[in-house]
Amino acid sequence: MGSKINELRGQKVSAALKQGQITPTELCRKCLSLIQKTKFLNAYITVSEEVALKQAEESEKRYKKGQSLGDLDGIPIAVKDNFSTSGIETTCASNMLKGYVPPYNATVVQKLLDQGALLMGKTNLDEFAMGSGSTDGVFGPVKNPWSYSKQYREKKQQNPHGESEDSNWLITGGSSGGSAAAVSTFTCFAALGSDTGGSTRNPAAHCGLVGFKPSYGLVSRHGLIPLVNSMDVPGILTRYVDDTAIVLDILAGHDPRDSTTVQEPVKSFILPTLTDVSKLCIGIPKEYLVPELSSEVRSLWSKAADLFESEGAKVIEVSLPHTCYSIICYHVLCTSEVASNMARFDGLEYGHRCDINVSTEAMYAATRREGFNDVVRGRILSGNFFLLKENYENYFIKAQKVRRLIANDFVNVFNSGVDVLLTPTTLREAVPYLEFIKEDNRTRSAQDDIFTQAVNMAGLPAVSIPVSLSSEGLPIGLQFIGRAFCDQQLLTVAKWFEKQVQFPVIQLPQLLDDCSLSLENEKLASTSLKQ
Amino acid sequence: MAAPVLRLGCPGTRWALAWVGSGFHHRRGASIGSTSNPTREQSAVTQKPLHTAQKPRKGEHKWEAVVGLEIHAQISSNSKLFSGSQVCFSAPPNSLVSFFDASLPGTLPVLNRRCVEAAVMTGLALNCHINKKSLFDRKHYFYADLPAGYQITQQRLPIAVNGSLVYSVWGGKKRNQMVSRTVRIKQIQLEQDSGKSLHDDLRAQTLIDLNRAGVGLLEVVLEPDLSCGEEAATVVRELQLILQALGTSQANMSEGQLRVDANVSVHHPGEPLGIRTEVKNLNSIRFLAKAIDFEIQRQINELETGGEILNETRSFDCQLGCTVPMRDKEGKQDYRFMPEPNLPPLVLYDSTSLPAGADSQQVINIDQIRDTLPELPSVTRERLVQQYGLLPEHSFTLLNEVGLLEFFQNVIKETRAEPKKVANWVLNTFLGYLKQQNLAVSESPVSPSALAELLNLLDSKAISSSAAKQVFQELWSAEGKTAAQVVSEQKLELMQDLEALDRLCLSTMEGHPQVVMDVKKGNSRAINKLIGLVRKATLSRADPALIKDILEKRLRS
Repeated sequence: MGSKINELRGQKVSAALKQGQITPTELCRKCLSLIQKTKFLNAYITVSEEVALKQAEESEKRYKKGQSLGDLDGIPIAVKDNFSTSGIETTCASNMLKGYVPPYNATVVQKLLDQGALLMGKTNLDEFAMGSGSTDGVFGPVKNPWSYSKQYREKKQQNPHGESEDSNWLITGGSSGGSAAAVSTFTCFAALGSDTGGSTRNPAAHCGLVGFKPSYGLVSRHGLIPLVNSMDVPGILTRYVDDTAIVLDILAGHDPRDSTTVQEPVKSFILPTLTDVSKLCIGIPKEYLVPELSSEVRSLWSKAADLFESEGAKVIEVSLPHTCYSIICYHVLCTSEVASNMARFDGLEYGHRCDINVSTEAMYAATRREGFNDVVRGRILSGNFFLLKENYENYFIKAQKVRRLIANDFVNVFNSGVDVLLTPTTLREAVPYLEFIKEDNRTRSAQDDIFTQAVNMAGLPAVSIPVSLSSEGLPIGLQFIGRAFCDQQLLTVAKWFEKQVQFPVIQLPQLLDDCSLSLENEKLASTSLKQ
Repeated sequence: MAAPVLRLGCPGTRWALAWVGSGFHHRRGASIGSTSNPTREQSAVTQKPLHTAQKPRKGEHKWEAVVGLEIHAQISSNSKLFSGSQVCFSAPPNSLVSFFDASLPGTLPVLNRRCVEAAVMTGLALNCHINKKSLFDRKHYFYADLPAGYQITQQRLPIAVNGSLVYSVWGGKKRNQMVSRTVRIKQIQLEQDSGKSLHDDLRAQTLIDLNRAGVGLLEVVLEPDLSCGEEAATVVRELQLILQALGTSQANMSEGQLRVDANVSVHHPGEPLGIRTEVKNLNSIRFLAKAIDFEIQRQINELETGGEILNETRSFDCQLGCTVPMRDKEGKQDYRFMPEPNLPPLVLYDSTSLPAGADSQQVINIDQIRDTLPELPSVTRERLVQQYGLLPEHSFTLLNEVGLLEFFQNVIKETRAEPKKVANWVLNTFLGYLKQQNLAVSESPVSPSALAELLNLLDSKAISSSAAKQVFQELWSAEGKTAAQVVSEQKLELMQDLEALDRLCLSTMEGHPQVVMDVKKGNSRAINKLIGLVRKATLSRADPALIKDILEKRLRS
């Protein structure tokens, strides 16, 4: 009996590759054909078909010789278009970098390629990752695959709103929405996102995926085009926690090219299976219970806490009193670093350059006006304002102090014996695009980041786990936050939770009908990752 | 109107020294001026006073000048401050540019250990406090040769602070003594150099060379403790010697490895400090002194004719010998300083704080660097005075001329001649020839061995000192010959045959009876005429003292 691609975990595909049930090239072609079919979702900015097929061919040779490079050899992946990829256009969804082909690979990209992963393409995002909807990039918004799912459509027919189906698609969340859509539609098994205030976890929650933000410093940022250097981390989007761990295991560790990465060697991140949670202490931060939280998410959060409690874990209410200042504090720090980081885009060395040549200054001004969208320009303007000598103390320095308070809140909670915090990831499930754009980018980012953002301030690991479908048939995720550099512990708890909740697989019948893989179920079931 | 006391910019005079010696107070602990403010903001902040001026004469208006320096020294290192690109002067344009240097998005700075060590060494040599923890900041401004739109520097917490540099100038009542003085060092910071813009006015375009972009610089900020161009020049020369002795910078001004900006203001003693100007584009020590003196005089003239000083940046036009306002393209600059988020704090250790089992490749130990510091110029000079009995000013000249000390020491090694005598030959004759032909020591046609051989001949009285001068000239022009060859070819050796010399004396006396009579009558100077005649007869190859002895003996008999 054939098995559908949408039922496969990365690690099982890996086993199937090892056993020759499918070749890397077959797998690659399946994914490329899915990318074609889902093109209307706008998940990919660049599809690197030739590169992927060539990598698949080489992977196939290795498998034939029995020299597979590991679990990721021959596995299709996608990379957010703000990671530098050698020889492949890297745009940050901005006019500024249209046509820019980096001469080097980001460390994380290189590590994946070194493991034999197949790079399917570069995924869509908000311009320079500034946004929470994946709606504000120069290549247009990303559509949430769940808009076209059987689960959502069925519910929709029960409660018709009268809008036309085509215009009423849902956003993916963002800014790593392209990566989320790519994984969600089975065009790849893992994708890299970036996470500065929730940009990996937010779309993961909206697209029913695992979205992981590692501890700051665990994974190299070299080659990630920065938003906020002191908060950016490469994020991982997969369908299952184990797949995230496999990818993290490859990516984690010191990078001589990134001085902010950990010096100490890191241990393996392959996850044990937790059977007993009775020794765990789960913290529920009371400040996260905000009025805007949808009742469905609230009740799921509460059920999740009950689940831990019923399995013997200690569940306690904790307080993070400064988290409420996180968004405003983030606004100052983010825009300041943005103003600084964007200064290099002047049209001289690379990227867009205007036709005006009356003076260097006029060329800069026109280049930057043409190259950046309103959101980016607005943040540059605010950031430069905060960094002015007369404002620096009142804004930047204060924001840094508040940042420390926010980080200390977490330290205090973890010092009190809490192992992992459990919170919502988003206020509600994904909203339709037309509703989303009623508010401007800044308002949206401020609303959407409230549960995710403080974690970046503190540099902690956090993961969004899909829990169940809302009454509308849309995914809802919950977030676990761990101690700094206790990423493995965090993912181990997340894996246990994932197993309990059994989140349903997205049903995309029109897209996936002919995408079955001839794999034998029994063999898959009996093949574990580490034999 | 009364003339100002200070006559500035008079060529060839040592005007500054007249009052250096008379009223110098040590200025340590005085309030800190803002000359060295690294933000270089344009606000008209004043500087601290300097109490070194001459005592006011009655009825005279008196001005004091306050000078501070900011010196950028390119660190001598194989690679740049934050990237692995090679550092090399005059390489083909844009051939030494890494992705980071070109500010490709996503690239990150990685600190070069050698540059940190160079900064620590320099800090220690300049008596600085080395900060165990220092930070990096971004300083923003748009310029075509600054690819990232910001420079990484150390604004808040630099690697070294509170140092001092001792230098010597001519002082005393007769301006003939070496007087030691001290200039305080506010801080030393590590920062990136920018690229170079080459403006092609003909085609109205600017060409950018990023080879220099990202090269490590030491910015040495001095407190405004100086008061004239010569002091500034002396300080810069001393710093140059120290950097070269340490090997932390080649400090060659003409290659831009040492660049100096000067902050200048004038005021009346006891009154608040004047508004300062910043003088840039000073690419030689000579021009530095000239520019500062010109600027001081310009400010005095301006103020005395009722004008005012603008807080502006001026550049020195070395053709015209004056400072001119620089076109300020950007108006008021706010550099929008921000912590560099991609570099953790730079942490240094000493032997007590060094963590146990630390990998010596991963940590920098200040004490270990201190132990390996080479001999500094002041110590070298002291040693020359002690060991060879040289005059202090000779020790300065030996160090100030590139390669001269080594030349001197090489001559010393190979000669029996007295060191003082060697010094005289090296500093007068040898250096005189070099200066006359505008040659560097390394370009000298006379090697240390050749000079040593010549001095040996002189020392053993094989030749006279006038013959020695002749030999030297011959050595200079006829490269490859030895001193002995020249002496024998030109028959310059002293006459050692006493009998022959005696015969010559006798015949000279016989040939000049009138002179002999004069001597005998008591005209003691007349004997010199006889000596001269004998010497002439020997073709200058006889020792005049010996001739005198023989003549006196003969005249007595």
